[in-house]
Amino acid sequence: MRTLTDDEVEIGAVLPELTIELSPTLIVSTALATMDFTSVHHDVEGARAQGSKDIFLNILTTMGLVERYVTDWAGPEAILRGINVKLGAPAYAGDRLSFTGAVVSQEGDEFTVEIRGKVSLGDHASGTVRLVLPRR
Amino acid sequence: MTAGTGAAEGGTFHERLTALAERRIEMGEVRGVAAADPVNLPMIRHWTDAIGDANPLYTDPEAAEGGVHGEIVAPPAMIQVWSMPGVRRSGRQVSTPVDDVLRMLDENGHTGVVATNCEQTYHRYVRLGERPVPATRFAGLSGPKRTALGEGYFVTWNVTWYAGDEPVATMLFRVLKFRPREREEVPPPKPATINAAPRAPYLLRPATPMDDAARTPDPPKTVTAMDDAAPRAPYPLRPAVNRDTEFFWEGVAKGELRIQKCAGCGELRHPPGPVCPSCRSADRTYVVAGGEGEVYSYVVHHHPPVPGRETPFVVAVVELPEGVRMVGNVTECASSEVGIGMPVRVTYRQMDDELTLPMWIPREA
Repeated sequence: MRTLTDDEVEIGAVLPELTIELSPTLIVSTALATMDFTSVHHDVEGARAQGSKDIFLNILTTMGLVERYVTDWAGPEAILRGINVKLGAPAYAGDRLSFTGAVVSQEGDEFTVEIRGKVSLGDHASGTVRLVLPRR
Repeated sequence: MTAGTGAAEGGTFHERLTALAERRIEMGEVRGVAAADPVNLPMIRHWTDAIGDANPLYTDPEAAEGGVHGEIVAPPAMIQVWSMPGVRRSGRQVSTPVDDVLRMLDENGHTGVVATNCEQTYHRYVRLGERPVPATRFAGLSGPKRTALGEGYFVTWNVTWYAGDEPVATMLFRVLKFRPREREEVPPPKPATINAAPRAPYLLRPATPMDDAARTPDPPKTVTAMDDAAPRAPYPLRPAVNRDTEFFWEGVAKGELRIQKCAGCGELRHPPGPVCPSCRSADRTYVVAGGEGEVYSYVVHHHPPVPGRETPFVVAVVELPEGVRMVGNVTECASSEVGIGMPVRVTYRQMDDELTLPMWIPREA
């Protein structure tokens, strides 16, 4: 796994799309791995009782997937400075979460990548990730 | 409501809420309980496995040693995981400045909650053995605002995680606490009445409850409130209104049955689309239909069950004298009375506060 260096990234560079199948296993395993035991993330009946159509992704996992999306592209030595997301449509089990992104700015050593995670109901999460890449 | 939270004071709810929020802002940052476990490899491995993050600097000691951090570090987006309260939330009774503001909103009927923003800043990556301590600060309250979900208040707070005295990460979290809309019950259908939504020219999708909120790391009350999230939809099926179909739905709301018309060649078409199939013009307009038609074809739907309505109901293709066909329900007559060639006229049924659907009822020929 190679990490992009700062001279290799230009404003406007497009990240490869990442599509994640939201299997019940993924929803449940990530909820537990993020220590989130709220029933709507593992119990279908519990989720329906609260008016949801199925179990859905928890926010800590959304943040984790955004991190993964950007570092899958940038490489392991990229250092994340921050993630800002606006939260939207729920990501239900059985749906598919597709990330797209592009580099939108650079200030000093910090790049900003705009990302968008879409599900069939619309934008699940959209926002920016700030990161620093190793110098060439 | 306990004494001192503002409930005992006079004034309107808004005034009391605002006064409480101001006092909570003045409290500044309140430290919570340190992470139950120090940052550790098994939890990191579990997380990277579930998330699908293959970065070796999080789990492989050798790669980590030769990497930019020089040792194993936790994925930065894991920061909130360290201070999650666990299944039983035992020993996590430290309250935060956010708790009683959310409680006051709950008690006033603002029981719905949806997270709107999560912003994390990572000052540095945390290392094995560190034990982050979260500290919560009430950042602000704004409202009341009218939103698509109902009238509500935006509540914002910050959490800073410390390793010793050093802040390692901060988070801004914002939720909308809203008063779920009161729903008018759809009147139960009469025995021979069909009560169903038409199926074209749009896709039906269930109205969606929003994501629940992520919780602050340590206030159990907040978690409880947020678990109650999920507003229920007034009527479970909604048309997907888009740029091609919005003119149709605006018409329905005004009691007009609109047919798309090509502004190039004048041909009428339904269902609406972006381009004229005859002349390929993308310019479009519409005409208002007379509102009469004849059943061209139909089915009686008995099974499977459809959310929000009773079976059986009739779904018909209605041919309009204007020359297009529309799919819709035939209502106000028994399904056995419906037949091909049956004269019908359009009617508009109010499904809830916001949604009206066009349907078809028998008319004298």
